[in-house]
Amino acid sequence: MSDLLDQGVAERVLARALANGGRFAEVFAERRRGQSLTIDERRIESVQSGAEEGAGVRVVNGNTTYFAHVDGLDPADLERAADEAAAALKGGRTEPQPLQARAPTPLPIERRPEEVPAQQKAELLRGLDERARAKGGEIAQFTASYAEARREVALANSDGLFSGDDRTRTRIGAQAVARRDSTVETGAETLGAHRGYELLEDDPGQIAEQAAAKALTLLDAVDAPSGSMPVVVGGGFGGVLFHEMTGHGLEADHIEKNASVYVGKLGERVAEPLLNAYDDGRLPGEWGSDAIDDEGQPTQKTQVIEEGRLTSYLYDHLTAERAGVASTGNGRRESFRQLPIPRMTNTYIAPGDATPEEMIAEVEKGFYAVSFGGGQVDPATGDFVFGVSEGYLIEGGKVTRPCRGATLIGNCLDALAAIDAVGDDFFMKTGICGKGGQKIPVGTGQGHVRLRALTVGGTAR
Amino acid sequence: MTELSAVARRAVEAATGAGASEAEAYVSRDSGREVRVHGGEVESLTAATQSGVGVRAWSGHRVGYAFGTDFSEEGVRAIAAQAAEAAAVADEDEFALPPQPAEFEALAGLSDPSLGEWETARVADLALEVERTALAADERLVGVETTLYADSKEQIAIASSTGIAGEYETSTCYAYLQALAEGEGARETGLGFGLARGPHSLDPEAIGAEGAARALEMIGAAKPKSRACPVVLEETVAASFVGLVGGALSAKAVQRGRSPFAGRLDEAVASPAFALHDDGRDPAGPASAPLDAEGVPRRRTALIEDGRLRSYLFDTYTANREGASSTGNAARQGYRSLPSVSTSNLVVAPGSLTLEGLLAEAGEGVYVTDVAGLHSGVNPVTGVFSVGASGRMIRDGALAEPVREFTIAGELAGMLGAVSAAGAEPRWVPFGGSVRTPPLLIAEMAISGS
Repeated sequence: MSDLLDQGVAERVLARALANGGRFAEVFAERRRGQSLTIDERRIESVQSGAEEGAGVRVVNGNTTYFAHVDGLDPADLERAADEAAAALKGGRTEPQPLQARAPTPLPIERRPEEVPAQQKAELLRGLDERARAKGGEIAQFTASYAEARREVALANSDGLFSGDDRTRTRIGAQAVARRDSTVETGAETLGAHRGYELLEDDPGQIAEQAAAKALTLLDAVDAPSGSMPVVVGGGFGGVLFHEMTGHGLEADHIEKNASVYVGKLGERVAEPLLNAYDDGRLPGEWGSDAIDDEGQPTQKTQVIEEGRLTSYLYDHLTAERAGVASTGNGRRESFRQLPIPRMTNTYIAPGDATPEEMIAEVEKGFYAVSFGGGQVDPATGDFVFGVSEGYLIEGGKVTRPCRGATLIGNCLDALAAIDAVGDDFFMKTGICGKGGQKIPVGTGQGHVRLRALTVGGTAR
Repeated sequence: MTELSAVARRAVEAATGAGASEAEAYVSRDSGREVRVHGGEVESLTAATQSGVGVRAWSGHRVGYAFGTDFSEEGVRAIAAQAAEAAAVADEDEFALPPQPAEFEALAGLSDPSLGEWETARVADLALEVERTALAADERLVGVETTLYADSKEQIAIASSTGIAGEYETSTCYAYLQALAEGEGARETGLGFGLARGPHSLDPEAIGAEGAARALEMIGAAKPKSRACPVVLEETVAASFVGLVGGALSAKAVQRGRSPFAGRLDEAVASPAFALHDDGRDPAGPASAPLDAEGVPRRRTALIEDGRLRSYLFDTYTANREGASSTGNAARQGYRSLPSVSTSNLVVAPGSLTLEGLLAEAGEGVYVTDVAGLHSGVNPVTGVFSVGASGRMIRDGALAEPVREFTIAGELAGMLGAVSAAGAEPRWVPFGGSVRTPPLLIAEMAISGS
């Protein structure tokens, strides 16, 4: 369990947390450290490193959660957090269960990023810069960033759980700006994983070329069209479409507050039978994977849509308890300073049997959204929007001109039901998901996916 | 000297002791609480303090940064040494020099004592009243997804080897709710919010009523037909766009060729009806402070006047690059982040028309009350945007049926040029940074619906 949380200390802290009553208490200890740097205007800058440690203690009584967090991991710090969390309760003492240590195996890290000299990371970014600028004089600006983060966590709760994890994530990003006369366009690409520096041993420079190529392609773009039309969405980060329009609406906190369009839809047909989808926190090395969630529950593979039927919501400890089901291992928190809430891990549409070429060839007039800048959904109404970062017109079954400024907009249930083809070219990409003020790493994935009709909001008059 | 200033002082000395030619430390301590209520009960109650130090070290013209939460002698020394080490990895940049100290005036009224006087049970009652007011508004108001009250008291100390030494304290609190209404076979959500320096200045009934009204007015919303027409941007929406304009006026974006306003100083970039300034000392501004995040005095900077671009926003580094002075616009997201150029409080000059007047002026158009997807639907380099929107139709100069699931598209500078009137009633809005703006009438925008 590393040196973060001694078993005896954990037992004392839990007992103090329950000193004034409550049916559940938890102490979550964390040490985080990271390093990041940037190249911009061909110069290495923003070189920074940081380390923080602290703990959060929560006590649950009835439907109320009392939470306090402190900086520092000394036993006195943890006890102070426990006392603060318990301060508002007025009842008699509750006895916690004896702790049973479990030792899940963290995801393997082959090459610890903190052991790689910072100069080598700077060289990596210089290499990315070279690769992007080699794409031609129209590349006017290029920036790239490198970031590593390690989170060691340990937690214990009054049900007797005592567990921990050690997580290291590495990610690089590239952004190119291309200019031709007064036309300016941008392109971006990322590479990240729950892995160490080994992630970057296999040609990381290709993301620089890809970002540059996207920006250069857009120099020839026309303004995106507007209106309802068939839309083919690209693989990988195209999966953010499913993340937004379905994944968030399946998070059990939205469900129990009747603030999701998926309330009451378990077991019902919500999509064509060709659709199967999962949330899987155990995919080896993936960006959204961990050995356990932030409540100590082992992560798992949860099928959320089986042949078009809705099969599961995504639960953390408390929402599962209230719903009378088992947690699906989706209790996640940005750090010890936040409460865990139901969150996705790696969410994806399973590969189908169509090829991207076939899917596009069947579209007379439509839109091809290769990748998104991001998206947003209101789970209660189901309204969503996505900004397209790379998009093309489909004319006569062929991908023709690139488009700038396209946004996809629609409603979850209609759009999910409109998926009429799923491609066989599956892959995953990384994302940062924000909810309730907490940002966490999530994976999204799919092969190409086609929607019969979706509204494209473009800038063309 | 307070404890925080002493930590800052120690960190600066440790960094220069570790070989840095110059050093700066930013120390913050934040104590806050958050109450979430749901269904007439407290759902969660959070109490927390956090503090940390960020050290910026210069090695000649190279800069490095490190942060941490350990204030012990040894802890601060380790952070300072890491900052000095990081500087060795950075490349030389002739403009990377530490800020110099300057006289600054204290700023009264940034901290409200009512924050400390209100016990947690009392602020929980405030949040419960927000929820209760919304639920009582109408039978079609079927629930409230989240009601939240949060406050924090923050102390900041900054010190540097060039002689900067400053410290101040601010308090903020806010409450919001997301109300749920149902009708005509669909569910609608409505946001209500209020922000202030202390809880006694929040009006829970107004916040609850706003969320309820916004959700209720959307019942029956349909997709509008695509068109180009006059658009009135409600204050929260106007603020989101103004925030984007503020970001594009950062000298960093401009100098690095990533702003649609690059090279346009003194040119006409907006209609004369749109005037904008940044004011880091506005007593009512949530982002106000005597000093910016690198210890430079905050001030007022005119950005757009008479339709012309008057200035960009500078921190010390971007000012050094063009021999200008910092406008006191260095900002950070806490001790974990290096300072960078950002807006403080953006203030749009009010006009003379009430909302009714703006709608009458618009005649036939759309009143946009919410936008979604700003982080992905806007290209900050070119200013081209296409974002999701909802609101009400304007017919015969008055509000008519609700509309949703459409996009509004255009380009930032073009939109500023098309502002035909600013409303007379501004509001502080926490979207797009910290913005005070009235509703804005745009002569024409592209709406894409069915």
